[in-house]
Amino acid sequence: MRVIVEMLSYPFLVRAFVGGIFLSLCASLLGVSLVLKRYSMIGDGLSHVSFGALSVAIAAGWSPLSVSIPVVVLSAFFLLRITENGKLRSDAAIAMISASALAIGILVTSMTTGMTTDISSYMFGSILAMRPADLMLSLILSAVVMVLFVFCYHKVFAVTFDENFARATGVRVDFYHGLIAILTAVTIVLGMRMMGAMLISSLVIFPALTSMRVWKSFRAVVISSGVVSMLCFIIGMTISYTLSTPAGASVVVANLLCFLLFSAWQAVGRLRG
Amino acid sequence: MNALITCEHVDFGYENVDAVVDVTMEIEPGDYLCIVGENGSGKSTLMKGILGLLKPTGGTLCVNEELKRTGIGYLPQQTAAQRDFPATVYEVVQSGCLSRRGNRPFYTKAEKKLTMESMEKLGIEALKKHCYRELSGGQQQRVLIARALCATSRLLILDEPITGLDPSAVQEFYGIIRRLNREEGVSILMVSHDIRNMVTQANKILHLGRRVLFYGTSGEYQESRVGRRFLEGETECV
Repeated sequence: MRVIVEMLSYPFLVRAFVGGIFLSLCASLLGVSLVLKRYSMIGDGLSHVSFGALSVAIAAGWSPLSVSIPVVVLSAFFLLRITENGKLRSDAAIAMISASALAIGILVTSMTTGMTTDISSYMFGSILAMRPADLMLSLILSAVVMVLFVFCYHKVFAVTFDENFARATGVRVDFYHGLIAILTAVTIVLGMRMMGAMLISSLVIFPALTSMRVWKSFRAVVISSGVVSMLCFIIGMTISYTLSTPAGASVVVANLLCFLLFSAWQAVGRLRG
Repeated sequence: MNALITCEHVDFGYENVDAVVDVTMEIEPGDYLCIVGENGSGKSTLMKGILGLLKPTGGTLCVNEELKRTGIGYLPQQTAAQRDFPATVYEVVQSGCLSRRGNRPFYTKAEKKLTMESMEKLGIEALKKHCYRELSGGQQQRVLIARALCATSRLLILDEPITGLDPSAVQEFYGIIRRLNREEGVSILMVSHDIRNMVTQANKILHLGRRVLFYGTSGEYQESRVGRRFLEGETECV
């Protein structure tokens, strides 16, 4: 507790903390839907595209967010399309796109500015990345995600569980898919600089998988994902501060430990039941 | 009586390719209609069209006003993702009420009652808090029927419903559908491969092979040339 109070005496850490908690919440809620629809790879693909877009933006001297958010939103739609159509092998297609985006990002950077600290911090995350503007955007984003999950909860459930049935009963499935894709894209762009392009997708995937180990209802999985995700972020940041480890990696390891803990819980429950 | 769904010379297709041509048929209240045909004969396309997921490329498709309002009770084929989905039986059944709700965010008491009633009709109220992924195939099927009944008790559309069920579950399933049809007055439209069971269950058969090869009662179908050939072909295959 004392450590946390001490951490909060630095304004940049307060920003990282608040922004990070809200982003973790968004990522985990959206993640439930993505993981259950077998779209986990999209998060990974988007983070690489986001890295590519950021590198190009920096090399060209444009503002990073205003370039990467539209680019990543567009690719989110695109990735969703190929996953839905299933014409191309979608997992292969996503792997191809993410590797290409990463390669383009690295090439552009090495030809212009060289591998600066900016790029390295985008790859592996930096706690200093959360600027006031990012914090504002994170708050707005979480507000939108919360509204979606509170007021459209039943529609999100219907679309996630069975989109054909939802479509037949008149739910605008594509609208919700699109909305989830946009929100995921923005979450990833905002979270990427703190968590790192290589690690951000774990914020989307881990909490949902962890919660699915134990809970049997969709509602419990959603709530648990949000809580687990925020807790793991706080634990990860505290570890990062006390042991001076990179923030993104620490949060991911906290998530991993939590996953193992829940798996053990599930195993014990099975032995008893 | 007003037909629930009327197709007059309807065509459905994707991108210039006609998958189904010139279908004329009607679903009246109390009907038990089965669409049969080989793979690629356009069965699924026609069903998607009736569900309103595809626009007809020709002809007219009329849906009864009441069905338009409540939507159609639909039992899609299960996807792999659903089989390990963390949701309780209650949550799944309740999602069938969605179309009644418009944009209201939460369910009303009446809808909760309807959810319970649907579960009682299918005898799954004891499974209410169970997790969907832990049920047997037959039980999952009943949950999905209960969900469809929440949307409407007028018409159920079932897409290859017996895929993946074991033989005893198949018989039980036909029993449930027959009971819903006779006792609750639910009209049934089923797309199926299981032609030999269908001729004993359904009262009307529509045999598709891009166009309508046969449309009439199942008794007439067994006497017709196309029906006999199809039934015998099935026997030879088995």
